[in-house]
Order: sequence, then C-alpha cells, then structure tokens
Amino acid sequence: MIDFLCVKVVIMNLKEVLTAEENQKLFLLGNEAAVRGALEAGVGLASTYPGTPSSEIGDVFSKLAEDAGIYFEFSTNEKVALEVAASAAASGVRSFTFMKHVGVNVASDSLMSAVYTGVEGGMVILSADDPSMFSSQNEQDNRHYARLANMPMVEPSNPEEIRQLMGFSYELSEQFKLPVLMRTTTRVSHMRGVVETGKLVPGKTKGFFKRDPKRFVPVPATAMIMHKNLVRKMEELRKLSNSYELNKIYRRNGKVGIVTSGGAFNYVMDAVQGNNLNVDVFKVTLTYPFPDELLLEFIKDLDAVIVVEEVDPIMEKEVLSILGKNGIKMAVHGKLDQSLPLIYEYTPNIVMDMLETVLNQEIKKNQVLNSDLSIPERPPTLCPGCPHRSVYYTVKDAVNSLELNDVIYPTDIGCYTLGITSPYDAADYLLSMGSSIGTSCGFSKATNQNVVCFIGDSTFFHAGIPPLINAVHNKDRFVLVILDNRTTAMTGGQPHPGLSVDGMGWEAPEVSIDAIVEATGVKYLRKINPMNIKKSKEIFMEALEFDGVAVVISQHPCMLTKGRRSSKAELAVKQEKCDACAVCLEKLACTAIYKDEEGKVSIDPKLCNGCNVCVQVCPERAIGVKK
Amino acid sequence: MKSYSIYISGVGGQGIIKTSTVMGEAAMKTGLPVVMSEVHGMAQRGGSVSTELKIGDNYSPIIELGSADLLISFEPVEALRAVPKISKETYIILNTNPIYPFNLSESGESYPDVQNVLTELNNKAKQVYALDADKIARESGHSLSMNMVMLGAATAVEGFPIEKETILNSMKANLPGKSLEINLKAFNTGFNFVKSS
Ligand code: SF4
Ligand code: SF4
Repeated sequence: MIDFLCVKVVIMNLKEVLTAEENQKLFLLGNEAAVRGALEAGVGLASTYPGTPSSEIGDVFSKLAEDAGIYFEFSTNEKVALEVAASAAASGVRSFTFMKHVGVNVASDSLMSAVYTGVEGGMVILSADDPSMFSSQNEQDNRHYARLANMPMVEPSNPEEIRQLMGFSYELSEQFKLPVLMRTTTRVSHMRGVVETGKLVPGKTKGFFKRDPKRFVPVPATAMIMHKNLVRKMEELRKLSNSYELNKIYRRNGKVGIVTSGGAFNYVMDAVQGNNLNVDVFKVTLTYPFPDELLLEFIKDLDAVIVVEEVDPIMEKEVLSILGKNGIKMAVHGKLDQSLPLIYEYTPNIVMDMLETVLNQEIKKNQVLNSDLSIPERPPTLCPGCPHRSVYYTVKDAVNSLELNDVIYPTDIGCYTLGITSPYDAADYLLSMGSSIGTSCGFSKATNQNVVCFIGDSTFFHAGIPPLINAVHNKDRFVLVILDNRTTAMTGGQPHPGLSVDGMGWEAPEVSIDAIVEATGVKYLRKINPMNIKKSKEIFMEALEFDGVAVVISQHPCMLTKGRRSSKAELAVKQEKCDACAVCLEKLACTAIYKDEEGKVSIDPKLCNGCNVCVQVCPERAIGVKK
Repeated sequence: MKSYSIYISGVGGQGIIKTSTVMGEAAMKTGLPVVMSEVHGMAQRGGSVSTELKIGDNYSPIIELGSADLLISFEPVEALRAVPKISKETYIILNTNPIYPFNLSESGESYPDVQNVLTELNNKAKQVYALDADKIARESGHSLSMNMVMLGAATAVEGFPIEKETILNSMKANLPGKSLEINLKAFNTGFNFVKSS
C-alpha cells in the first residue's frame, strides 16, 4: 500500500535538508529540522537506535551523511549510541545522539557518568517523548532526566526552533563542557513547519583524545571532584538561564500569567491570541536549570500563575518552590490542583477549557458534533502477508495439537507486539526491549506453565543476548522464537547488525544470529521458513516438547522490504469449493481476506501480498491463483 | 487572512502524509504561514491515521474541535471518526471505497452502509463531495494515484486557499516523468469532479 510513486518524492525532498543554501524556506518535519540544525552546527558524528517518534532523524542522516561528509550509525542499542557519541565528543568532535524517551532508560547508565566526565566537542542528546503513547509502552516525562543527571535542557516548540536550538545547544555544551538534553514530544517531532535555513558548516569528523584519567575515569576519588564541578556548572547555568533570550516573556496586560514550554506553548498562544485574552505568557525554552529570577520578574504584577506543560508537573513544582523560597503567596494552577490532567498530551480544547475555568471568563469555542452512526474500531495490525502472522498461526496450531493449556507468551517491542490482538492472543507480558527472554526465565522458574516468547531480529541484537545467556546458564525451559525479518520493521525499516549494510549505506559484515545462539550453548536450534505452515508446525511441536531452552529462528523478510510487494500472483477464493468455514478469516485473520455483503469469503486484490499462507490454511483447498 | 484548517483522515498506508505535504509546501510557496501535524509509527500499520494542516497565523497545527474548514477523508468510516473536528460550515471530500477493519468478526462491530455514512455526513456538514477515488485512480493508470485524485478534488473546493497552479507546480517539481502524467490525470479528474458537482 505504500505509494511507490511517492516514496521517491520524499527522498528527493529530503536531499534538500543538505543541499539547500542559506536563507531558504523548507517545509520540514521537526525531525528533519533537527538534522539540518545539526549540519549547520558542524556535527561530525551522529548515532541512534531507531524509535518512534525520533526515527526519521536517523532515516535522514542515513541518506545524507555520506554526501555531508560526516559519520552516522545505527548503533546496536541506545546505550551504545550514547557511548559512541560521548567518546566522539570527548575527542573534540561535535556529536549528536537521539532516541525515543524509553531509549534514554537504556542509555541512562552511561548518561549519568557522561555528565561527570563532560565533553570537549559539543554533544546533544535528543529525547523524543511520546505523551499519549502513540507508539510506546509508557509516557514517561524525560525532563526528569535533566534533573537526575544534572544537565542543561532545552525544549523546542516547533521545527524552526529545533533547528535554531541545535546551534545554541552546541555552543552551550562546549561552553560548559557538558552534554545538552533536547526534549521534544511527538507533536513537535512530527510537526511540519516552515524552516529558514542557516549556513552549513562542514563537520569535523576526526578529533584527538587527550588522555586525562582524572577527568574521564570516574572512580570514587575522581568522581568526588567531578560531582563538585558539576554542581558548580549547574549554578552558572542557572544564571545563564535567567538571561537567555529564548526564555521569553510576552506581556499582555494580564493579572494572570502562564508559564509554559515545548508543544504546550503552541496551544497556549493560539488560545490567548485567538480569544484576545489579557494573559501574560512566559515561554521557557532553556527549562533546566529553571530561570528562577525571570520567573520572579514575570509574576511581579500578577495575581495568579498557570503552568501548562506535558506530562508531569515538573515546572509547576519549580514555580511552587521558588514562590515558597521567596515567601510569596500566590495561586498556582496546573496539574496539582487538577486544573489540568496528569496524564496524556494536551489539545487546544483541553487548554481552552482550563482557561475558561481558571479565568472564569467565557472563551469562544465551536460546537462539537458527534457521529450518530456507531464507528467500528480500527486498531493497527500486521500487514497482509506478514511473516509474523503465520508464526502466530502455526504456534497456536502446534499448542492445540499438543493439547497444552495455559501457555504464557511473553512478547517484545516491534511489529509483533501486534500479536496482542485476537485471534493471535500471543502477547501476554511485556516490559521493555529484550524483556521477552528475561521474563521467560522468570516464568520458567516461578511456574510450571509452558512458555513461548517472541523477539525480533533487531530487538535480539539490542537487548536479547544477555538474557539468553542467562537462560542457558540457569537451565531454564522455554521456547524462544526469533522473528528474523531482516529489518527493524516497526520504525520504518532501518538496518541492524544482521544485515550487510550499515547506517551510512555502506557494505558491512553481517553478524549471524545463529552463531550467537549456538555460542551460548543452546541445545535445540532450528530454522524455519514461516510461510511453510506444515514444516513450521512440526518444528514448533518438537520445540515445545524439548526440555531446556529451544530456539526457533523464523526467517522471512518483512513485507515492506523493497520489492517484496510487486512480485505477486493474484489469489482468489474459488467460491464453488469454499464452504465459508472462515478458518482463513477467523484463525489466520489476514487483513486482505474479508466477508462481503452476501457472506461470501473473498480476497481483496489491492491488499493481498500473495504470501500463499491462506492457500495452505484452507481445509477445502478453495484458495488459489486467479485464472 | 482568516486561518484555514484542513483535516485529512484515512488508513495507514494510503499516502495521506504525502498529500498533506504537497498542500503544505504549496501554501509555503504562496507565502502563507503553514503548520502541519503527522502521525507516524504504530498506527501506520493499517490503523486509523490523520494529518492536520493549518494555514494562517497559528502556533499549533492541531485543529480545535468543530473548526475544520475542509475534511479530506480517504475512507468512509474514517470520515465518521473525524466528525468531532467538523462543523456545519465544513466541506468534505470523501473517498467512498471502504477498507474493512480486520477484526470485525472478532469485535462483533459492524461496518456501516456507505450510503448511511453519506447521509450522516450530509446532515452534519455543509457539503459532501463523494467519489470513488480508487476507481478513478485505476482508470488514470495506477491505483497508487488515489491520493492525487483526492488532492485534485480538494483544490477545487470553494474557499481552498491555494491556487491550482501552485499545487500543480509543487507536484511537477516532485514527480518524475511517467508517474507525473498518471498523477496529473488523476488530479484533474478529481478537480473536475468537484467543479462540475
Ligand atoms: S511492517 Fe513487516 S513486520 Fe511489520 S507488520 Fe508489516 S510485514 Fe509484518
Ligand atoms: S495470500 Fe492469503 S494470507 Fe497471504 S496476503 Fe494474500 S490473502 Fe493474505
């Protein structure tokens, strides 16, 4: 379904991120603007592990890095990505690492030390948070990391600000020799807007690492000094935050003022300007260290403050503590007094409703209509012809044939998480990247149930190897299915270490999953082509009966991989043979198969990818190539 | 100028981001301020997706409820899902070709009759232009030009703030030879459909 005519267009436009000269207007996604900003700041090295809503940054780097003369990689995981960037920065090369919010959890172990050791060349860490969890397991607010680690943080509100703040962040980073955190949210990363280009600066890709263990090796004796220095730097940064021009006050003759940042600022400004409200606005852009003196200046003539931020009441608590410290009594509205919700992203309407209540003033809003017809849900699902679907179908079939009950299916992060939907029901427990295997170890010890867990190829490299070693060494018993579809599918098809291409688009050595599994000492290892239903079922039955860790590697490329979709014979249901048993519809549940108005089972040729699995599943042999 | 809001809804994989980007880029080339919001990630695997585009002096691309000037829906049920964004003043371009959610038999929900969807939308909005954009696309030379049919239709709607020529230039700059021809045909059929309704 992906538009082949258009895929090309997108790529052609993307080149402009690099080729556009100074003072041009480009219509860029926040993530694309981040790349432009980095190139204008002379970044020499960029690294990431893909994750929505940050993925497009890596996609753009991957296409442009070679032409830009800089280095970019898809690292094995976020911790490695951060380490690659940190050591580059320690060598004097400006580096950029970016990841989704939960990726920072993975990177956090090294992040906590990277602020102690500091940098030589500038280093920016972009955390793309996902309020309302469009594509994530939680909506944690990574602004806490700036406080936890003690590092300066900026929060852009739109693509143009992302571009600008990249330059500022590198300056700041080098001035204080600290990495800078840039926190975006889905609505800012995936906002498209007009960006005015600045001058490109050729990135320095090679630096020199001056050995200095006192500075770069945090052991107790040195870390004591590093922490002391860090606290001093943050105090200096607080002063800078109070005079920073993008920490900006908009005066509108108000008695009430709003403190806001990031994407929330946009809703505030639209509501305030659209309704001509007499409300002052304080846009905080360098949000940590929080500009305390500017806040005092802002509230000087106000009667009340509202704090509008996504997701946790972080600035709200800052404001309360500054007021408390200065003995100022003033009403503070926000999440803590329930003027605003403590969960999910904001919308224009949430902000307008809040203003109406707090200001006790009518705000012009349009009437909201609702559909009188009931609307069926449309959850995301596996693509037609997705190899994961046949795996789920066959595993379930094998489990049924062996009459096993109460099987536990720990799952992992990727397209296969969609196995949570019926009829697959093959996702019972999920914590984070790699958790399918680690949690299977626990289930194997703490229950007598059968356990079958699923992990993708990219996720296996990311965080699946240590728990597999754990399972073998601790003599656990479960079936591990590695869904090797030769890509990082969910985030848009990025390469990983198992492929012969790297982030630069260069040829690269393939790291073999089988060899890794074998090296752990696993005694049962089989490879299957999941599109062969009968064979796969036999192997799964064997694996389920194996006493130990049984690994099945299911190898078939993702349907979105280039060229997979074009070679297809058109399949159809032979109506004279079909007895409408609905096995294909209800057990396989391929999206291309549907029941038409007359109750006839049919295949939608627009959607079908010709994977041939329904042909094997149909007990009446009623599905075949259309004559 | 008065701000103009466009809500575009459909199913992951239908090419709505591209359609929206062409409009946004054309607005920028016209010299109009423009912001847009896109949905990437999990929903793109066949779930409900939408983009929002605001032309004029706005900070946020997210459209306030009840205030879209134009709804472009690539799928009937997705237009219903967008009803809270529209008002009595909204124009709607609707592709009448349904895509059935995969889990209908499991969820026990039913897909409404497309005729009823049309009636419902007509009751709620100012005017609905309903066309089978998939069919028009196939007749234009390729099923993948469906999004250009929708774009053409949108361009012809009363009050649409960007000139047809600007949109066409933006398409021409972006599409290579052979596919351009098909896409232009698709675009024009959509455009003429609305003009002659
Ligand atoms: S993108 Fe690939 S892995 Fe993901 S659902 Fe589609 S076919 Fe399956
Ligand atoms: S061949 Fe059958 S199972 Fe495979 S995509 Fe087509 S309809 Fe679906």
